[in-house]
Amino acid sequence: MRKSTGFYLLIVFHLAVLIFLYLHSSHSQIAGQAAHQHRVGLVKELGLTDLCLFTEARYTRHPAMADLHAPFQDHPGAFEHFPSGSLVTPPIR
Amino acid sequence: MPTSLDRHRNILDFALSSLLRRKWKNLSLLMIYTLIVFVIASLIFFVQALKLEAGLLLTNAPDMVVQRMAAGRHDLIPLSYMEKIQSIRGVGEVVPRLWGYYFDPVFGANYTLQVPNIDPPEPGNVMIGSGVARNQRIASGDVMAFRAHDRTPLLLQVEKIFSHESELLTADLVLLSETDFQALFNLPKLRFTDLAVTVANPRELVTIASKISEQLPDTRPILKSEILRTYDSLFDWRGGMMIVVLAGAVLAFLIFAWDKATGLSAEERKEIGILKSIGWETADVLLLKFWEGAAISLTAFLSGVVLAYIHIFFFSAGLFEHALTGWSVLYPQFRLRPVIDGYQLAVLFFLSVLPYTAATIVPAWMAATMDPDSALRS
Repeated sequence: MRKSTGFYLLIVFHLAVLIFLYLHSSHSQIAGQAAHQHRVGLVKELGLTDLCLFTEARYTRHPAMADLHAPFQDHPGAFEHFPSGSLVTPPIR
Repeated sequence: MPTSLDRHRNILDFALSSLLRRKWKNLSLLMIYTLIVFVIASLIFFVQALKLEAGLLLTNAPDMVVQRMAAGRHDLIPLSYMEKIQSIRGVGEVVPRLWGYYFDPVFGANYTLQVPNIDPPEPGNVMIGSGVARNQRIASGDVMAFRAHDRTPLLLQVEKIFSHESELLTADLVLLSETDFQALFNLPKLRFTDLAVTVANPRELVTIASKISEQLPDTRPILKSEILRTYDSLFDWRGGMMIVVLAGAVLAFLIFAWDKATGLSAEERKEIGILKSIGWETADVLLLKFWEGAAISLTAFLSGVVLAYIHIFFFSAGLFEHALTGWSVLYPQFRLRPVIDGYQLAVLFFLSVLPYTAATIVPAWMAATMDPDSALRS
């Protein structure tokens, strides 16, 4: 087999996997609809304002509710104490 | 008669043979290149999926949350504020919310405690997120121990554990009755954490928010659009960790490109000299170098993207877990809904494949335009 044929096959294989992954993502969006609706229901029912991403500090647990006025500790973008605080930036006003 | 396609194929054959002659050098180059694309593509997939999920979920958040500020900090809001807000024209419903944080000294975890306004648990019972259940190793029907404000123990029975599918919202959540909440924190009577305001016409939100600020100057209204913007700026590229990861990846890529662009090795220069002396034209040499660069960068890009997708959506971003967990004891184990953003991938393609291929061609062009004799002698 020519080397170029092997290379073409490798690229075609990668592209086929990418197409499969694209189909997988589309299928997962549809298949996960019931679970998504369940989460939407929870947000409505409990009046939730934030995702539970970082539980280490209150301003990273509820960044949307964080106190934007107190310097040094309590707002995203302040001098950082917790590692996840560096992933959360203040919202653009 | 050989066609243009045959010419390309022949040159590609030669380019691949040339790459295989320096097998280990090119293999290590391919691996590091793939790793760079993998890290950047993983970040793109993770951030896009998370932002999409946040946007879809939080559009159902309260239209506005009103907090009371005291001495520059969030304070409890009295019931009288609720009545004043209710009297503003255009305000639909004002719901007082009771929620707060509880640090469990035994397990070292922080929980979010909330009193639901709809179907709250009976006094003595709690509903907990699966993260809390995992952290405390408890199941439905077990008893959960809290330490109240006066250090007396408060024992509550687990009525329900939220499903694993809702962990992105409820991992650290403990829902309890108002009686138990008061027993735990002893808040002043008729004071709440904040107020959730519903507005009949969303276009009046800003006007109503400014009226609230005017009538109650010590309050801070947080609009739903601000909540959504908060999550839009989450994992912003300017954020500390993001800039470190991206800067590392971009610097590594620059080193590659620099290594290529600063010139060819004596062996490669000699190879070009020989090719020119046996009749190859400059265009053929450039095509050869283009295919060498394209073979490496295209393979690295495609492998990196495929591996990144598998990492984020099949293995729940396992490599990022330590960075995301930080110092928290309770970490939500969620699996994001896969999403592929073609635009972001196209940007990654143009920023990784094209500069590398170009950096391969430029020094080759400089060598190929030289006289074959001087190229061989150099």
